Amino acid sequence: MRWLALIVLLMPGLAWAEEAKPLAEDPVVEARLKHLAVELRCLVCQNQTLADSNAPLAEDLRREVREMIAKNMSDQEIIDFLVQRYGDFVLYRPPWKASTTLLWIGPFFLLGVGAAALVVALRRRAQKLVDTPVTDEERRRVEQLLSQGARRS
Amino acid sequence: MKPFLLPLAIFVALVGFLAVGLTLNPREVPSPLVGKPAPAFTLPQLHDQDKTFSPADMTGKVWLLNFWASWCGGCKDEHPVLMRMAKAGEVPIYGMDYKDQRDEAQTWLRRHGNPYPLTAVDEAGRVGINYGVYGVPETYVIDKQGVIRYKQIGPLDDDVVAKKILPLVKELRNK
Repeated sequence: MRWLALIVLLMPGLAWAEEAKPLAEDPVVEARLKHLAVELRCLVCQNQTLADSNAPLAEDLRREVREMIAKNMSDQEIIDFLVQRYGDFVLYRPPWKASTTLLWIGPFFLLGVGAAALVVALRRRAQKLVDTPVTDEERRRVEQLLSQGARRS
Repeated sequence: MKPFLLPLAIFVALVGFLAVGLTLNPREVPSPLVGKPAPAFTLPQLHDQDKTFSPADMTGKVWLLNFWASWCGGCKDEHPVLMRMAKAGEVPIYGMDYKDQRDEAQTWLRRHGNPYPLTAVDEAGRVGINYGVYGVPETYVIDKQGVIRYKQIGPLDDDVVAKKILPLVKELRNK
């Protein structure tokens, strides 16, 4: 029994373990990977960057990018590698092309339309406000009504 | 101009955009590889580890390359379609066992049937990356010169096979 107790007491010692080590330990490589991966889209969970995603494919692609960094490839070469395979879709900032013109210009175009509509609406409203001079007759009536009100209160 | 015309026009335009936008499938990322030579590889075979398979072996033939895995749900849905195609013998389908365990893949094929004359093993998923695979199953139609002519993302179904794959295979074969 005593032996058993001793073994149980020693058990936590066995559970000592180091924290999981990151896959790649070179901080320079990791820094470049981080810098690149926030610009790249994970194909599986499409609204996550390659840096954020835990999908197996994202892990594989990070491994691939790490290896390319280790081979001293430039950022542009690495991006080209991925675009050749997955298309412009992997880029969070797609290049300016005929097919992406609407994407790049569209918001500014809509902003312009909105601003123009605002200007037109404000001008129209300004035109509707016409100054009508008050006649002496009306002024007297106003004063009469106001004095009546003052007496009442 | 009547006051309701402008809001109505905006509404109709918005509905039009939504009608198109909501029917598009965001998972269908157009592959830049269509029209380009199929990336080369040499990989061990699933059933005979010592032998290899390479797309160069298939030069002169029109064939399909089907990425699958035993852990993949969509592959199970697709499998009967592949089995029917294999039975009809219209076009050879070569398998690529993607990021899988060899024994599990073999068990899977024993259980569900094997439509592939040969399956290669891409254990690390590197060939998958070269082919722009981002979710199995994916299927490529490759022509006699080894050029990718079509990519199916997601499971094949009878409709796609009858309307797209088989006519394309016929056309490529006559070239």
